[in-house]
Amino acid sequence: MDNGPQNAVVCQGVLKNFGSGDEEVKVLRGVDLTVPLGEMTFLVGPSGCGKTTLLSVIAGLLNASGGSLEVLGTPSSSLKGGKAVEFRRQNLGFVFQQFNLLPALTAAQNAAVPLLAAGWDRKKAEDKARALLDELGMGQRARATPNHLSGGQQQRVAFARALIHEPKLIVCDEPTSALDADTGHHVMELLRRVAVRPDRSVLVVTHDSRIFEFADRIAYMNDGLVTRVALKAEIPKGDSH
Amino acid sequence: MNFIAWQMLTGDRAKYLGLIFAIAFSTFLMSHQVSIFCGLMNRTASQIDDVRDASIWIMDPKTQYLDEVKALTDQDLFRIRGVPGIEWAVPLFKGTSRAKGPDGKFRGVILMGLDDATLVGLPQKVTLGNAKALAEPESIAIDRVGYKFFFPDEEPRLGRTLDLNDRTLRIVAIVDSSAPFVNLPVFYTRYSQAIQLVGRERNQMSFVLAKAAPGVADTEAVKSIQERTGLQAQTASDFGWTTIFYYIKNTGIPINFGITVFIAFLVGSVVAGQTFYLFTVENLKQFGALKAIGVTDWRIVGMILMQAIIVGAIGYCLGIAMTATFFEATKDNLDLRGFRLLPQIMLGTAAAVFFIIFLASAASVRRVVVLEPAVVFRG
Repeated sequence: MDNGPQNAVVCQGVLKNFGSGDEEVKVLRGVDLTVPLGEMTFLVGPSGCGKTTLLSVIAGLLNASGGSLEVLGTPSSSLKGGKAVEFRRQNLGFVFQQFNLLPALTAAQNAAVPLLAAGWDRKKAEDKARALLDELGMGQRARATPNHLSGGQQQRVAFARALIHEPKLIVCDEPTSALDADTGHHVMELLRRVAVRPDRSVLVVTHDSRIFEFADRIAYMNDGLVTRVALKAEIPKGDSH
Repeated sequence: MNFIAWQMLTGDRAKYLGLIFAIAFSTFLMSHQVSIFCGLMNRTASQIDDVRDASIWIMDPKTQYLDEVKALTDQDLFRIRGVPGIEWAVPLFKGTSRAKGPDGKFRGVILMGLDDATLVGLPQKVTLGNAKALAEPESIAIDRVGYKFFFPDEEPRLGRTLDLNDRTLRIVAIVDSSAPFVNLPVFYTRYSQAIQLVGRERNQMSFVLAKAAPGVADTEAVKSIQERTGLQAQTASDFGWTTIFYYIKNTGIPINFGITVFIAFLVGSVVAGQTFYLFTVENLKQFGALKAIGVTDWRIVGMILMQAIIVGAIGYCLGIAMTATFFEATKDNLDLRGFRLLPQIMLGTAAAVFFIIFLASAASVRRVVVLEPAVVFRG
């Protein structure tokens, strides 16, 4: 029996303020959210509602101003400085809106970056990256640099980079916003197929209602709060919240 | 991660080459100008260096440097010879005159009058002829550059004649002397003949060259001479530096070269610094992504420093190679002899380049260290 955490993320009353005094802006105003393992959770809401800030706080890229946050059973308050960096490196995978691949590296080298950051031997890391790219249908393009890849192909490389070190939580920021509808659909299918596992959670921030069908649950945000959580059965097809 | 730093650096060819060439040209300018400056300053004392037999130079107490002297008297020479601890002392004449070649072409020359008996003061390397032939009347030894000037396009040959002060002198030896500060031909002749060739003043003895007796240190002998004769005495090395510092203090040469070197340093710093900073700024998203993925700040600082060291090292090597190539290509040019790239200059330039890349990378490092990894989530 696995004694590990059942939830990837537990937020209770999470606050995030920017600035201070008269210029203080309260972006997160007490977010309560649970992201279970083994599911793909979408975080949706209008622009400026705090989705990306919440994602950054959950990923440890920003510190919460208040409330409590547990990621993979570890309180975020116990993760400071180097510990936070190491925790991210070991447990989190990232998929960015603009892919953020290193233009000078090949697809395989880009996918291997988390392993290289963890101190892996370059050849072993690239071998593993090639195998994963193959699984993602990118085996033939492993030697191509990002500027020779289409948007969909770059996103697959970004998926490979997010998955290669087998993290427990994958955070994706608008993974389809730079892709056309068909490609976006395909990459989400792929993400769902390769990323969602019983011991892993995928948290996706998106505006794109055309991909809501891939979510196991959707957390709706508005004005710095999670206002509603809908489970798969409750998600209407083509829902835009 | 070093591999990633290397790939990031070389991935943008234009900026990579721009950085390297900025460092290379800065290195070239600095090392080249400092080499020319040092060569020029060495030239001011080159005739002191050429005198290998004597280690002590004695002169009028008010003499400030090699090229401006007040003559000593014969009595001064005798007094010096009487100083305990002095093995021997001989006169040296140094003056200027004008010589005319067979085709009527004339030029100012440096005339060195050497002790008749010993010829102390003649450069060690006689490339053609025999120094002993200077004992013959109306004979001179001439340096290679002088011969080339008066007899261009001719192989060096003994027996050619030159007119000096209405006297025809025969070349009996060609010597390899160091380049003087003013690139004039240098004639060597006996002391007695030199003062006849130039003689206008009552006293003609420019210097006395002396050697300390065995077991007596040069500095000790110098002190004895000063105490007993009231004349100024210096070791050859000290007199060389005295002359060099005279030129440094009393001419605009160091300032002019200093300005060029400073500009080279400034341009190198600004161009390399700005290019490197822009290079980093354009890669901020990538660095942000690396930070988000879990690469530590220290690792990223290491990557940036590695990139800076690579461009610094390649640029420095290219720049030094350019300087070395220049001096190698011009080493047979007689007018440029004495100019060379010294190891000390290479080390000094390396330190300057290190400082340039330190400046260039400091701003970049700061920018990346303060970068919030959350920037990667901002479209």
